[in-house]
Amino acid sequence: MSAISRQELAQRIADDIPSGSYVNLGIGAPTLVANYLTEDREVVLHTENGMLGTGPAPEPGQVDPDLINAGKQAVTAVAGAAYFHHADSFGMMRGGHLDICVLGAFQVAANGDLANWSTGAPGAIPAVGGAMDLAIGAKQLYVMTDLLTKKGESKLVASCSYPLTGLGCVSRVYTDYAVFDVTDDGFAVRELFGDTTIDGLRDLVGLPIADFITTPSSGGER
Amino acid sequence: MIDKTVASAHEAVAGIPDGATVMVGGFGRAGQPVELIDALIAQGAGDLTIVSNNAGDGDTGLAALMAARRVRKVICSFPRQADSWVFDGLYREGAIELELVPQGNLAERIRAAGAGIGAFYSPTGVGTELAEGKETREIEGRLYALEYPIRADFALISARAGDRWGNLVYRETARNFGPIMAAAATTTAVQIDEVVPLGSLDPETVVTPGLFVDRVVEVGERSWLQDGVFIGGVDLEGRPLAPAGSGDTEEAS
Repeated sequence: MSAISRQELAQRIADDIPSGSYVNLGIGAPTLVANYLTEDREVVLHTENGMLGTGPAPEPGQVDPDLINAGKQAVTAVAGAAYFHHADSFGMMRGGHLDICVLGAFQVAANGDLANWSTGAPGAIPAVGGAMDLAIGAKQLYVMTDLLTKKGESKLVASCSYPLTGLGCVSRVYTDYAVFDVTDDGFAVRELFGDTTIDGLRDLVGLPIADFITTPSSGGER
Repeated sequence: MIDKTVASAHEAVAGIPDGATVMVGGFGRAGQPVELIDALIAQGAGDLTIVSNNAGDGDTGLAALMAARRVRKVICSFPRQADSWVFDGLYREGAIELELVPQGNLAERIRAAGAGIGAFYSPTGVGTELAEGKETREIEGRLYALEYPIRADFALISARAGDRWGNLVYRETARNFGPIMAAAATTTAVQIDEVVPLGSLDPETVVTPGLFVDRVVEVGERSWLQDGVFIGGVDLEGRPLAPAGSGDTEEAS
């Protein structure tokens, strides 16, 4: 089965973000989604260090050390941007005011549990940042990830073996092979990429996977 | 007359005792009170508990304070960074204690201290190892864990401008922890680019009212501003860019 590229996946996620949404894109691959939010839609990007209306990276020479995103990268402010302190910023998330958050993952469990902050490796220095707040903060949590680890193991699992970031928080998983909704009955495929088949996915993942492709689902609403 | 301005960063950090809990503002480089941290290093207090989002990077600022073995404990959300070798070494050696707190809980616990809240229930972290041992409660079908305020003896923060009453305005995302730390500490010291005359800050735009502030020291304008206007020409650390002729500056024109 063929997989789509990181960029194609970012494009696919961007297509699902409606105009008018308030969105937080996590550090790493999810930030790619911003590149595909076309200007015909007004999507307001939140960065948890204290800003709504985050714009693209500045031109060289225009880097402003006071204007950074949660990944500590230089950004710009779009017209209409707003700044606020950290407690307000995380209140926005915890209070359910953001529409969509897109995060990476080490593992997603069939009940929507997310593991993405620590591999639990002995001796590793723990660092959580805003991961746990982001996981439970938005109306919908989308995970963007490769379906398989570098060793070929499925990141969709019956239950997470890595330390948890949040319980039952994932709405939908965008992978390089398919898009899955997390439902009361576990994972359900809503879209296949390339020549991927549901039976092929079931082999890769090793879990029951429902077929929602022909049946529009309300899965993902939380 | 109320005059909270002090003449030097050393005066701003005077009296911080051994064993104090000190909040340090900033998220990465943005909003870090660099001059006040340097003054704290020179001042000499040790056995400190530091409350800050990160645990220092490179060899300056908080990292230098830790390298001097003056920090007993760090309460933060994200100690591990590409260049956090000072903290990493002390932690592995068992020479520094870490309380790891999810970033939003850290912010809200600081806010709660300043707002006189005894404790609060937060959904963040419930069911994870960072909420182990905490009292949990189900409220309207959702699980929460009990979180206590974090207060401090001193807060060291950075703002763009202020007046002698201690009213403050910040700049962009450098605001981050400033307003909530100012409220959560017994004594709050602020470094600012410039002290402006009382009455010249628009009351509608004051972010931190002076009541939360005790000491204000002017440290001069950040190098990427000129008379308050952004001029650029620096990297993310605020260092001047390479001279003209390099690829970067050509593209910028």
